[in-house]
Amino acid sequence: MSTAPKSETKAVTMVEDIRQGLWEEMTADESVFVIGEDVGTYGGAFKLTEGFIDQFGVERMIDTPISEAAIVGAACGAALMGMRPVAEFQFFDFVSCGFDMLTNYAAKSRYRGCGGIPAVFRGPCGGGVRGGPFHSLNAEAFFLNTAGLKMVEPSTAYDAKGLIKAAIRDPDPVLFFEHKKLYRLPRLREELPEEDYIVEIGKARTAREGKDLSIITFGAMVLNALDAAEELEKSDGLSVEVIDLRSLAPLDKEAILETVKKTNRVMILHEASLTGGIGGELSAIIAEEAFEWLDAPVIRVASINTPVPFAPQMEDYYQPSLGEIIEAGRKLAAY
Amino acid sequence: MITNTTARPAPKKPLSCINETSLTKEQQRELYRYLKMTRMFDEKTVMLKRQAKLTGGVFTSLGQEATAVGTAYALEPRDFIAPLIRDIGACFVKGIEPRTIFLQYLGKGSAPSRATDVQFHFADLENGFVGPISHLGDMIPVMTGVLLASRMKKENRVAVAYIGEGASSTGAFHEGVNFAAVQKLPLITVIENNGYAYSTPTRNQAACSNFVEKAVGYGIKGLTADGNDVIHCYEVMKEAVAHARGGNGAVLLEVHTYRRKGHAEHDNQAYVPDGEIAWWAEHNDPMTRYEKYLIENKVMSQAEMDETVKDLKTFLDAEADWAESQPDPTPESAAYEVFDNSIVPPAFKKEVLS
Repeated sequence: MSTAPKSETKAVTMVEDIRQGLWEEMTADESVFVIGEDVGTYGGAFKLTEGFIDQFGVERMIDTPISEAAIVGAACGAALMGMRPVAEFQFFDFVSCGFDMLTNYAAKSRYRGCGGIPAVFRGPCGGGVRGGPFHSLNAEAFFLNTAGLKMVEPSTAYDAKGLIKAAIRDPDPVLFFEHKKLYRLPRLREELPEEDYIVEIGKARTAREGKDLSIITFGAMVLNALDAAEELEKSDGLSVEVIDLRSLAPLDKEAILETVKKTNRVMILHEASLTGGIGGELSAIIAEEAFEWLDAPVIRVASINTPVPFAPQMEDYYQPSLGEIIEAGRKLAAY
Repeated sequence: MITNTTARPAPKKPLSCINETSLTKEQQRELYRYLKMTRMFDEKTVMLKRQAKLTGGVFTSLGQEATAVGTAYALEPRDFIAPLIRDIGACFVKGIEPRTIFLQYLGKGSAPSRATDVQFHFADLENGFVGPISHLGDMIPVMTGVLLASRMKKENRVAVAYIGEGASSTGAFHEGVNFAAVQKLPLITVIENNGYAYSTPTRNQAACSNFVEKAVGYGIKGLTADGNDVIHCYEVMKEAVAHARGGNGAVLLEVHTYRRKGHAEHDNQAYVPDGEIAWWAEHNDPMTRYEKYLIENKVMSQAEMDETVKDLKTFLDAEADWAESQPDPTPESAAYEVFDNSIVPPAFKKEVLS
C-alpha cells in the first residue's frame, strides 16, 4: 500500500493521520474520490489533501465552485452509482449551504428505497482558534434530529485514522467532524500501527478510568475533561472517568449507561451551545434509563447561547473553561 | 381567443419540423402509445382518488405529456433521468411499468419505496431512473454526481434533470447547472415551462422572457422546443443528447407547454384567467395535435388509435387491479432501513412501560 507523503517522525499529528487514512482508502479502492473547494490543486485549506492530485489525478480530486449544495448533491449522485465520495466542507460552518441536500437527499435516500448513500462529509469544526462566528461551528446538534445521518468526531490520532477509514467503508452517509484545534496539536502526536485498522462507528471509548464521577464528552473537550480529571484527582482525590463518545450518531447507549451505573454521577461536556445541544439528549437517555442509579442530578457543561465570538477574551468566556469543568466536578462529587 | 394569456401562447407555426422526423413509423406509433398511456394513467389515478382508494395528492400531466415522452425517447437505455411529478411519460419510456407507480400511489408494502414515500418518489437505478424528491432543483446537483461517476467509470452516460420553470429560481438549480457547466458534464436540464409553479405565473418567477436565456450566463448550449409537439421535443432532445454525449458539455433545454390541471387535484386554479385553459385545450393539446399528424401522414388510422386506446384501458385496469390486490405495509416496517440494518438495528418504537 502506498503512503501519503508525510513528515519524517513516526509519531504524527491528527491531520496527517486523517490524510494517511484517506490516502490508503483511495489507494485500496478506486471508487473513493474527493470533492470540494480547493481540495485538488491547492491541497485543501488545511493541506489535508496536499499531493493527492499528483497521485490520484483530477478526476478523483475534484475542485468545485463555491457550491456546497452541488458538492453534497454530486456526492449523493455518485454514491448512488456505486462510488464512495469523500466530500469536504472547507469549514463545517458552510454545511448550512448544503443542509437541504444532506437532510433531504442523503439522509432519506435509503429509507425511501432510492439507494444507500455511502458518502463521507468531512471538514474542520470547532472553536478556540479565534475563528469568529463563521469558522468555529460545532454542527452536531443541527443533525441529531435527522434520521439517516451518522456522525463521528475523533479526539485522538488513532481514532481519527480508524474512523475516517470506517466512515469511507460505511454503507451510509457519515458526517466526519475534525476539530481544527486538534489537527496539529503536538500533544496528540502518536505512533500508529503499520497494519490496516478501523475504529467501529457507534462505539465510545473510555479515555480515563474512574469511579467517583463520569464526564461524558467528545472532540476537543476530551482533552479538557482529561485535564480536569487530573486536577480533580490531585487536588480533591477524586477518581474521574472520561468517556469519549467518538460517535454522536448512533450513540453508544451501552457505554453511556455503563459509566452511569459505575460512578453514579455524570457531567456532560460539549463545546456547542447548551440549549438544544447533544447534552440534552444524553441527559434524557440517562434520566429515562438509569434514573435509579444516579446519586446526583446530571450536570451539563457547554458553551453559552450565543454565536461564537471572535475576541480571545470573549471566546474564552463563551466556551467551558477548565476551571468551570473542575468546579462542576467538585459540585457533582459533593452533592 | 384569449389574447392576454398569462402563459406563453401556442407557437404561431407549430409542427414546423414534423415532416422531417428521423423516427420510423413504428417508432411514431410507439410514441402515440406512450402519450396515450400517460393521459389514461392520469385519468385512472384521478378516478382512484375519487373512489378514495388513494391517499395523498394526485398530480397529473394533462396538456404536457409530450414534453416528457418526446425528450425521454431520445435517450439510450444507459442514460439516467430524474423526472418531475409531471413526467410520468418519461418513466414509461424508460421502462417503468404502470403497476409500479400504482403500487406507489396506493402505498403498498411492495412498492419500490416500501410505501415510505409518495407517488412518484421512488427509484429504479437499473432502468436509469434516479428517485426525485419534493425539493425542486435538488436533482440537478445529484445528476452531476451520477455523471461524475459515469466519467470515472468511463460509461459515457447522459443524464437528464427535469424541472419546471419554477425550480430555475432555486439555489440548487444555479449550483448544479454551473457545476455541470464548469466540469463539462453531459447534463441536460429540461425546463418544462408550463406557465405556472403552483399558482405563480412565469412573470413572477423570472424577469427574463425566456428561461433558455440563462444558458448564456452559464456558458452552455441552450435549446428550445415546442413542448406540445412530441416529435419536435424528440428531435430537439436528440440534438441535445448528441451535443452532451459528444463531450461538448451541458445543455439547457426549455420546452414550452401548458399545465391544464392545477398543481394537484385539490387546486381549483382560480388564479388562472378565464378561458385560458379552454383555449389551450382547444387549440394546443399535444394529444390532439399528434393524432391529427398521425392521420394526415398516414402513420395510424383512427381505427388503429381506437384499438390502442382499448388495449391500454384493459392493460391499465389490470395493472391497477393487481396493485390494489397487493398487501399493505406492516406498521412496524416504518422502523426499517434508516441505515443498513445489518449494522444499525431498526428504529422500533420504545415500549413506554417496560
